[in-house]
Amino acid sequence: MQQDVPLTWYLLLSAALFCLGIVGFLLKRNIITVFMSIELMLNAVNLSFVTFAHQWHAVKGQIFVFFVMMVAAAEAAVGLAIIIAVFRVRNTLSVDRIDLMKL
Amino acid sequence: MNGSLHLWLIPLLPLAGFLLNGILGARLPKWLVTTVALLAPLTAFGVVLWEAALSFEFVERMAWSGPGPLPRAIEFPFVETFGTWISLGSLHIDFSFALDQLSLVMLLVVTGVGFLIHIYSVGYMHDDPGYARYFSYLNLFLFFMTTLVLAGNVLVMFVGWEGVGLASYLLIGFWFNKTSAASAGMKAFVVNRIGDFGFLIGIFYLLANFGTLTFSEIAAKLAVNPAWTGGILTTICLCLLVGATGKSAQLPLYVWLPDAMEGPTPVSALIHAATMVTAGVYMIARFHFLFDRSPFALSIVAIVGAATALFAATMGLAQNDIKRVLAYSTISQLGYMFLGCGVAAYSAAIFHLMTHAFFKALLFLAAGSVIHALGGEQDLRKMGGLRKKIPVTFWTMTVAVFAISGFPGFSGFFSKDAILAAAFQQGTFGKALWAVGVLTAGLTALYMFRLWYLAFIGDSRDVHAHPHESPWSMLGPLVLLAILSIGGGWVALGGRFYDFLAPVSGPRAETGAGSLEYILMGVAVGVGLLGWFIAHMNYKPGSARVGSEALATEPTGFTKLLANKYYVDEIYNAVLVRPLLLISRYILGWVVDGAILGGAAWLLGGTATFGGAILQRWQSGNLRSYAAWLAAGAAAVLLFVLLAGSPHAWVPSFFHVIQVHSASHTTVSQLSQAGH
Repeated sequence: MQQDVPLTWYLLLSAALFCLGIVGFLLKRNIITVFMSIELMLNAVNLSFVTFAHQWHAVKGQIFVFFVMMVAAAEAAVGLAIIIAVFRVRNTLSVDRIDLMKL
Repeated sequence: MNGSLHLWLIPLLPLAGFLLNGILGARLPKWLVTTVALLAPLTAFGVVLWEAALSFEFVERMAWSGPGPLPRAIEFPFVETFGTWISLGSLHIDFSFALDQLSLVMLLVVTGVGFLIHIYSVGYMHDDPGYARYFSYLNLFLFFMTTLVLAGNVLVMFVGWEGVGLASYLLIGFWFNKTSAASAGMKAFVVNRIGDFGFLIGIFYLLANFGTLTFSEIAAKLAVNPAWTGGILTTICLCLLVGATGKSAQLPLYVWLPDAMEGPTPVSALIHAATMVTAGVYMIARFHFLFDRSPFALSIVAIVGAATALFAATMGLAQNDIKRVLAYSTISQLGYMFLGCGVAAYSAAIFHLMTHAFFKALLFLAAGSVIHALGGEQDLRKMGGLRKKIPVTFWTMTVAVFAISGFPGFSGFFSKDAILAAAFQQGTFGKALWAVGVLTAGLTALYMFRLWYLAFIGDSRDVHAHPHESPWSMLGPLVLLAILSIGGGWVALGGRFYDFLAPVSGPRAETGAGSLEYILMGVAVGVGLLGWFIAHMNYKPGSARVGSEALATEPTGFTKLLANKYYVDEIYNAVLVRPLLLISRYILGWVVDGAILGGAAWLLGGTATFGGAILQRWQSGNLRSYAAWLAAGAAAVLLFVLLAGSPHAWVPSFFHVIQVHSASHTTVSQLSQAGH
C-alpha cells in the first residue's frame, strides 16, 4: 500500500473544511446555507474517519462514515421539511428572525 | 359487666348532626336542618336516659337486695374501650369512655338542658341566615362536651376540653361580621389557652408520677399509698386548678366570660352558663382523690372560689346589659361550686352545678326571650313594665330569680345551703369562707332583683318598644326549665343525691346537728331576703334610682368602679396584653420576622433573581449566538486538551480507553492484513 499523499494533508484538508463549516454556520443568515454548512462539517469529519481507517487498516472507521452519511441523509430530509414548514408560516428564511422561543 | 352500653352513641349522634348540617346544611331545606339538629341531642338524651334507667334499677335492686342475678343491671364505673390510642413502651393510653354516677349526672344535665336549648334555638334563630351553621356548631359542642364528660382517662378528657373551647370560640364569634363578637371569641380562646396550658402541664406531671392517665388507675395507685400527701400532688392539683379557672371563668382568668355574651343568647345559656363553664368543677370533682391528698391545694380552690363569688357578684350589681348581669352571676355561682369543691363537698358542688344549670339556663333563655320581645334591646335602662306584655317570660324568669336567690323550696336553696353548710364545718377558715358565701348570697339576691325590677316592673321607659311574647318553641323550654328549677332541688332531700354520688365523690360530710343546719339556712335565706329588700327600696317603681335622669347619669365613686368592672380588663391590657403586643409587633415582628427571617429569605430570592437576570441574556433566541457559544466551548475544550499536556494526568478513564484501543490496533490491523 503506497502513501503518495501524507496523512497530515488529509487531516489539514479535513480541519479546513470543518472550519469553513463553522464559519458558514456562524456567519450565514440564510437557513439553507447554515444547513449546507452543517453538511460540510459532517463531511469534514467523514474525511478524517476515512483517513484514519486507511492509515490503521481498520474497517471500523469506514463503517462509521456510512452511519454518518445515513444520519446526515435523514437529517437533511427532516431539516428541509422543517425549513419548508417554517417558511410557510414565517415567510422568511433568516435565522435571526426565527426567535420565538427566547425569553 | 353485662354487655355493652354503647356509650359511643352519646357523642357520635351529635357528631353526625354536626357533619350533616355542617356539610350539607346550606343546601338542605330548613325543616330538615331543624329535624337533624333536634334529633341529635334528643337521641343522645334518650341513650343517657336508658343508661340512667338501667343504673337506677340497679340501685333499687341493691337496696332491695333480692336474690338471683340482675340480668340488666350495670355496675359503675362502666368502662368501654374502643382501641389503643398511644402505645409507647410502658405508656399505654386507650380511647376509653367511663360511665359512673358523676358522669351520668353530668350527661343528664348536658344532653337534657342541651336538648331544651336546641328547641329554644329553633325559635330564637329562626330568621338568621346562618341557621344551619349555628345548629352544626351547637351539635359539635354537644359532641365534645359528652366526650369530656365520658372520658375514661385524662387525655380523652383533654380532647373534649379543647373541643368545647373550639365550639365556644365558634359560637361566641357566630356573628363574625361584628368586630366585638369576633374579638370576644378570640379573647375567650386566648384566655382559655392560658388555662389549658396549666392543665397540660398537670397532665405531664401526672404521667411522670403515675405512669398512667386513666382515672381509676391513678385513684388505685393513690389508694395503695395512704401516706402520700402534698409535695408533687400539690403541684399537680394547682396545675389542674389553673386549667379549671380558665374553663370555669374563675379569678384571675374570668375576663373572657362577660365578653362571651356577644354570642347568640341560647349559646350563652348552654355553653357559658349551664354546661361548658362547669367543666372545671367537673374536672376537680373527677380528680377529687388527688385534691383530697393536698389540703393546701384544696384551700386554694376554696379561696379562689369564694373570692370569685364575691368579686363577680359585686360587678354584677352595676351592669346595665341584661346578659352581662347574668354573666357575672354565672361567674359568681361557679365560684360557689369551687368553694364547695374546696371544702371537699364535691357532691354539693355537683348538686349546685346541676341546679345552676337549670336556673341559669332558664335565666338566660328568659333574658333571650326579653331581648327577642324588644327586638334586640339588651339595655336594662330601656326596659321596664314587661310583666304584662310578656307574662310567660315574666313568670318563668321570676322562678329563676327566686331559685338563684336561694329562697326555700326552689332548687338553688338546697344546693347553695349544702355548700355553705359544708364550708361552715371547716373550722375558722371555713367560717370565713361561709361568711363570704353568705354575703355573696345577699349580693346575688340584690343584683337579680335589680334586674327583675328594672326589666319587668313599673312602666316602660322606652315609648317606641312594642314588646311581643315569644313563640312557643321558646316558651316551652322556659316552662320546662322553670319546673326543673323548682323541682331540681328536691332530689337531694334526705341525702339521696349525695348517696347516689358517694361512690365517686366520697361520702357526704356530716351536716352536723339539725338545729345548726336550720340556723345556717335561716341566715342564708334572711340575707337573701335582705338583698331583695334593698333592691326593692332602690329599684321599685317611683324610687329615685329608676328615674330617667338617674339612669342616664354616669355613675360615680364606688359604683363607677363596679360599672367599670374594677378596671380589670384595662389593667390586664396595660400589664399583659400591650407589652405582649409590643414585643410581638416590634421585636418578633420587625426584628425577628422582618429583619432576620425576611432578610434571609430576601437574600436567597434576590441572589436567584439577580443571577437569573444575568444568565437570561444568554437566552437571546439568536440561533447563531447559541452556535457561537457551542463552538467557543468546543474550542476551549480542545485548547485545554492540547495545552494541558498528557491527558493521563487529568482524564482518568475516557481518553485512557481510547489509548488502550489504539495500542491494540496492531493486532486488529494484523488480522485485517491476514485477511488480505
